[in-house]
Amino acid sequence: MTELERHAYDVVVIGAGGAGLRAAIEARQQGLRTAVVCKSLFGKAHTVMAEGGIAAAMGNVNSHDSWQVHFRDTMRGGKFLNNWRMAELHAKEAPDRVWELETYGALFDRTADGRISQRNFGGHEYPRLAHVGDRTGLELIRSLQQKIVSLQQEDHAETGDHESRLKVFAECTVTELLRDGDKVSGAFAYWRETGRFVLFEAPAVVLATGGIGKSFKVTSNSWEYTGDGHALALRTGASLINMEFVQFHPTGMVWPPSVKGILVTESVRGDGGVLRNSEGRRFMFDYIPEVFKDKYADNEAEADRWYTDPDNNRRPPELLPRDEVARAINSEVKAGRNSPHGGVFLDVSSRLPAEEIVRRLPSMHHQFKELADVDITKEPMEVGPTCHYVMGGVEVEPDTAASSVPGLFACGEVAGGMHGSNRLGGNSLSDLLVFGRRAGAGAAEYVRSLGDKRPVISESDVDGAAARAVDPFAEGGTGQQENPYTVHTQLQQTMNDLVGIIRRGGEVEQALTALEELKQRARNVVVEGHRQFNPGWHLAIDLRNMLLVSECVAKAALLRTESRGGHTREDHPRMDPDWRRQLLVCRAEGDGVSVTAKDQIPLREDLMALFEYSELQKYFTTGELAELPAKES
Amino acid sequence: MGYKARFRVWRGDDADGDLHDYTVEVNEGEVVLDVIHRLQATQAPDLAVRWNCKAGKCGSCSAEINGRPRLLCMTRMSTFTEAEIVTVTPMRTFPVIRDLVTDVSYNYQKAREVPAFRPPEDLAPGEYRMQQIDVQRSQEFRKCIECFLCQNTCHVVRDHEDNKTNFSGPRFLMRIAELDMHPLDTHDNRAQEAKEDHGLGFCNITKCCTEVCPEHIKITDNALIPLKERVADRSYDPLMRLFRKPKK
Ligand SMILES: Cc1cc2nc3c(=O)[nH]c(=O)nc-3n(C[C@H](O)[C@H](O)[C@H](O)COP(=O)(O)OP(=O)(O)OC[C@H]3O[C@@H](n4cnc5c(N)ncnc54)[C@H](O)[C@@H]3O)c2cc1C
Ligand code: SF4
Ligand code: SF4
Ligand code: FES
Repeated sequence: MTELERHAYDVVVIGAGGAGLRAAIEARQQGLRTAVVCKSLFGKAHTVMAEGGIAAAMGNVNSHDSWQVHFRDTMRGGKFLNNWRMAELHAKEAPDRVWELETYGALFDRTADGRISQRNFGGHEYPRLAHVGDRTGLELIRSLQQKIVSLQQEDHAETGDHESRLKVFAECTVTELLRDGDKVSGAFAYWRETGRFVLFEAPAVVLATGGIGKSFKVTSNSWEYTGDGHALALRTGASLINMEFVQFHPTGMVWPPSVKGILVTESVRGDGGVLRNSEGRRFMFDYIPEVFKDKYADNEAEADRWYTDPDNNRRPPELLPRDEVARAINSEVKAGRNSPHGGVFLDVSSRLPAEEIVRRLPSMHHQFKELADVDITKEPMEVGPTCHYVMGGVEVEPDTAASSVPGLFACGEVAGGMHGSNRLGGNSLSDLLVFGRRAGAGAAEYVRSLGDKRPVISESDVDGAAARAVDPFAEGGTGQQENPYTVHTQLQQTMNDLVGIIRRGGEVEQALTALEELKQRARNVVVEGHRQFNPGWHLAIDLRNMLLVSECVAKAALLRTESRGGHTREDHPRMDPDWRRQLLVCRAEGDGVSVTAKDQIPLREDLMALFEYSELQKYFTTGELAELPAKES
Repeated sequence: MGYKARFRVWRGDDADGDLHDYTVEVNEGEVVLDVIHRLQATQAPDLAVRWNCKAGKCGSCSAEINGRPRLLCMTRMSTFTEAEIVTVTPMRTFPVIRDLVTDVSYNYQKAREVPAFRPPEDLAPGEYRMQQIDVQRSQEFRKCIECFLCQNTCHVVRDHEDNKTNFSGPRFLMRIAELDMHPLDTHDNRAQEAKEDHGLGFCNITKCCTEVCPEHIKITDNALIPLKERVADRSYDPLMRLFRKPKK
């Protein structure tokens, strides 16, 4: 029997970002004993890096805003591939989730009348993003962290133990989920510090592990983003959807090389920043797609007026959804109109007074000054696309965040559906809170429904999990020994070059061949040293997840023969209404994945009625349109 | 413009360890963390270091570079000459787990000892009204990325291990100041608690914490001194006005 530390909980939440913490707060408030497990220290999850803001139709700055408008923007941004029920719940509940943060102690920037201020962002019709300068993610995670502490203080007052009902296991990595029959029974993990194993016995597990960006070379994501939750879900029998949709944020830093990919917040554009090519042209005017023509200004004068008079002017095209802007930058660079280091110019220095820039974008100012020797109040930044967010994730029940495996829930970036083919800026932080809460509630309800009939863990499964975890230390085998860092670098290069922002069928096929080879090589990875805080070993384990998830992305990208949102096929440039009705579903099969198509659930009638017929015409098939109640205008 | 730099990195755990010498490539624009990563990828695969954002936002990569407390990801190699030996050691005040990774649990304990924000009972969520000017002071403190460099630097704990029980350190005294200045917090007596429960009296305003803060928060001037003044004389202090909560 494997020697390990054992803990029993009602709910185990994997992930301490916005989604995981909100889920844990909910589960604990509903009376369940809850554990939060995370790879980094408490308060350092990826959410901390979010900059621009959190989207919620509070209508504080423009009172025309409402959940219906937010819903419409979200569906448009996702090119109507979104799970509409998730988009509906999200738009309706986001304001309450933001206000709730104030009761945890959050201090957002204010309007003149003392309410939460809201800023403009790409794809959002009205100023909608609650924010704190450009460090909104920090405020969000700190507020949730402090709420957890306050719940622990209550528990301490009552039981004498801070951790009696809610405990954070920091720097602890989950490598496998365990099942009893088809039901989740627990999670297997190791402490990063000591390398010792931990077993969590729990009837409900909430995945809140974030994204997959570390499979790409140029990315805004940190080492944590290795797709662990996606892979855990697959291996436990759950399905992933929309994995072909990966968001490349249009503005990452491009220079110096060591910071390539680090994010430049969209607030720079929301607050007036413009994109120019090497000829000084505001090129976004050349890239307004047909479907957005009536919403975006086609000349500089109108675009500039919009900042002060949004009701009577159309928006500047710099604020088109991210996929559009990223592709445009890509085309400009390809056409040779690039900045010296292979990007384009993002300029706010000629648009706002220096003090105003420092006040509104303090961390961007700091970041460029410290890392690139660029003073953004005096000169333009150089920017280019960077892998940022995965729209795809675990297929869940919208209301409860339940996956198809009983006892397994997913929320936040690791869940799929909400954002369709492309996420709007600011819609992630709100997603974390709305569905984090729902996942916590869903898990609580599931656990109650089990009564005393809890699934049990099989010891042989535990032994198997332990053996697989230490496998990278075992020398021997037949092939040549591999270094995990080398295999990882090649994976990143492959995904970047062959399944990146612009895809071609032949190249994706090449990627799949390369991934097969890398999978073989990953089996021969050998790590040095011992199990205490050994990053080489950690990477060797994460690598398996990255490979599995990359295979999902590549396989789905090959099948979807159209271009939509975060999936652009140069060989199939058109958006195809028939494909809007199809979801691609990934499941584990052997040591790889299979991808099958599945029909999308039709949009509910009252939600459909929120759109003009002329807009639906751009996305829906003639067959679908024929079934609509006649509303031609 | 790549060159070979000489690095000395502390390897070992709390019981035992020493400085290891490495010669490693450095390229234009790189920061110390890039070089540590290159060491991991090429010469020392098991070299332990914490990091997440690589952009000074998460506060994970705190260490001491040539003896100065710094973020590894925000220290550019161009601040050193090519001939200079760059010495990287873990934060000194906390027990070493391995290599550059330290046990910072002291800070999480102290965080837990500060009574949480107590929301006003008569306001529903969504009804909070605060002026920008009134939230700005606390917002400055909320920029804190919890890198714990100030905690590492403050001589009260750096030089006197046993003070750790009674002294919460600049980060958490600042947290108390932040809550005290929150326009809607209804917990009374925070300043007094800072003195009685969190060791505010140990601080002799040397400002060393402020000097190392990567977020450039004026910890001493804006948080600690006002808090002290408020304890010293609650009724006569002109600064009281700054702190006064809107009375309903
Ligand atoms: C630079 C940047 C800026 C952004 N700005 C914005 C913005 O302004 N607005 C917006 O809406 N969105 C923004 N986003 C996107 C948004 O921040 C993320 O999508 C979101 O924070 C993800 O939150 P999460 O809770 O799903 O996961 P995360 O916050 O990433 O947390 C994942 C957690 O899971 C843990 N974990 C992962 N694997 C394991 C494992 N195997 N075992 C144990 N624990 C594990 C991690 O340790 C971590 O605690 C930004 C993203 C980036 C990178
Ligand atoms: S000012 Fe006070 S808290 Fe800061 S370093 Fe000096 S003694 Fe420590
Ligand atoms: S106050 Fe500054 S130095 Fe101290 S933990 Fe916060 S960010 Fe770090
Ligand atoms: S890695 Fe986040 S602060 Fe250095």
